Amino acid sequence: MTFFMQMLVSGIVVGSIYALVALGFVLIYKASDALNLANGEFVLIGSYICLTLVTALKLPFLVALAVTLGVCGVLGLLVERVVLRPLLNAPTISVIMATIGLGNLLAGLVHMVWGHQTRVYPNLFPNTPVTFGEVLITPVYLWSFIIVMALLLAFTIFFKFSKMGVAMRAVADDLQAAASMGINVKRVFAITWAIACIVAAVGGVLLGNINGVNATMSVIGLTVLPVVILGGLDSIPGAIVGGFIIGILQSMAGGYIDPLVGGGLKEVFPFIVVILILMIKPYGLFGRGGMERV
Amino acid sequence: MKNPFVMECGNYKTKYEKDMAIFSIKRVKIRMLGLAILAFLFPLLADNYVIGLATLCAIASIGAIGLNILTGFTGQISIGVGAFLGVGGYTSAILTSTLGLSFWVALPVAGLITASVGALFGIPSLRLKGLYLAIATLAAQFIILFIISRWTGLTGGTSGMVLQRPSIGSFSFMSASSYYYLCLIILLFTIVYALNLFRSRTGRAFLAVRDRDVAAEIMGINLFTYKVLSFAISSFFVGIAGALLAHYTMIVSPELYSITVSIQYLAMILVGGLGSILGSILGAIFITLLPVGLGFVMDYIAVYMPDMQNTLAAFHELAFGAVIILFLIFEPDGLAHIWSNIKHYFKVWPFSY
Repeated sequence: MTFFMQMLVSGIVVGSIYALVALGFVLIYKASDALNLANGEFVLIGSYICLTLVTALKLPFLVALAVTLGVCGVLGLLVERVVLRPLLNAPTISVIMATIGLGNLLAGLVHMVWGHQTRVYPNLFPNTPVTFGEVLITPVYLWSFIIVMALLLAFTIFFKFSKMGVAMRAVADDLQAAASMGINVKRVFAITWAIACIVAAVGGVLLGNINGVNATMSVIGLTVLPVVILGGLDSIPGAIVGGFIIGILQSMAGGYIDPLVGGGLKEVFPFIVVILILMIKPYGLFGRGGMERV
Repeated sequence: MKNPFVMECGNYKTKYEKDMAIFSIKRVKIRMLGLAILAFLFPLLADNYVIGLATLCAIASIGAIGLNILTGFTGQISIGVGAFLGVGGYTSAILTSTLGLSFWVALPVAGLITASVGALFGIPSLRLKGLYLAIATLAAQFIILFIISRWTGLTGGTSGMVLQRPSIGSFSFMSASSYYYLCLIILLFTIVYALNLFRSRTGRAFLAVRDRDVAAEIMGINLFTYKVLSFAISSFFVGIAGALLAHYTMIVSPELYSITVSIQYLAMILVGGLGSILGSILGAIFITLLPVGLGFVMDYIAVYMPDMQNTLAAFHELAFGAVIILFLIFEPDGLAHIWSNIKHYFKVWPFSY
């Protein structure tokens, strides 16, 4: 039972980070109907920038984090302006491929600048594990969970009540109607990309604190795809619920099935789940299927 | 007056047969024959390294045509080609190395097995569209690779398997040029098949599915049949390419069929031109030779900056990404479109209209 609880807790924590990264995907899909396969590289870049600021420039963590988020926001604006805007009316596959190309470009840049070795964040949180009953939790995990929850809550409120959030939802719902009501669609797109990039950077900083930073971290961009699809590409609650479901399932698969098949199932398991779910609900758990007319 | 370089001009077709013809006029046919003969004569002039590159281009072209049938012509996005290449390669490896069958049996069987695996993963395509389907094929990529690397008894796990080059009687296709000829002939078959496919009922159904699948269904096209069929046909060629590649490199192992390979194939058809056979070939050549070209550039730079060698791999990645983005932004219809622009320019040359 303790083992089960341990797996459950670590699944929930990893799931919360998945939910955060998945949020980046959903934001971009909602605003511009594109799937951003460079999201993993955004995570990576955010993590490296913050690390460099903390270790090389010796900035205090919170200042470094603020600077990182600022830089990543600008990066998001830049990417939207240079790569995505020319492809506004391009077919789905072109947009996917453009973001894959962007991912390659950014990964190349990161490898050139920072190399391949794993680097570790200085200890920001105390190291002694906290115990709840018989379950051990490292403070890093606990803090990550709290930060992610706070961010997800903040975003939900932002989308429900702020003017920009409402404009974003309007654009997502019907681009032409939103534009004709006087919403500056280009501005909404740009801000969406900036926010998505910032969200990814937060995920990167948290992951970096947990595991250290190296080039393989960008894999999270692919790992999170089942989360997004499971929840539904256009649903923010879907991203959150999907994140927890996949996180917990993955952790359970790692704990219980991996020893039987000799490891490695942990990475594939979310994809198997997603294929099965899609057979029953083709738009994920919370996604909306559009009506089609000829 | 009989200038062989003069372009055909105008559109004076009076019969449907003429409209459907592969070669619009006799001169085009001769020109294409000439091109094929050039491809056959080329190993006489080149050294083994260049022939090897040409072989890789030919194999990649077969796979790219396969993928283009699915993505370019039928409109079903697939990010799982890498794994399907692996299915082809491993099938051939198991049949020839473990079971001791002849290559000539293993090659078509590899195609058929890959086709059935492709069709299996194509089944969700009836309900999934666009991005959801793309992710389903991505899932196929991960699941197939997982099976390949875990089913140690059958595939040798992560250590892979060793293959032999094919042979007829006592003649073995060991030399670079003989294997090049083998791949070239199969490529020619692929081209002829693909060109004819889109003149047939099936091919036109594929195009209808791509353009508007709901409309196609209303017009009586069975979406399920044709979507799964397009997955099967496409995977057949990808499987053949995989088997040829496996016998060329003489080794199969899981890391040869990663997601990177899938992305390279997608890049080939996008850079070449979606929905174009010529584009698939041009794109395959371009993406296969890109690292070679970049290698030359790096050698040149390395003279001035010796420590640049370490960042070579990263530079490849960066340049690959940049090339894709630039193509998508500035020439979304790919190399095939550039080629047709050049042709149109010379059609009216020296006048501008």
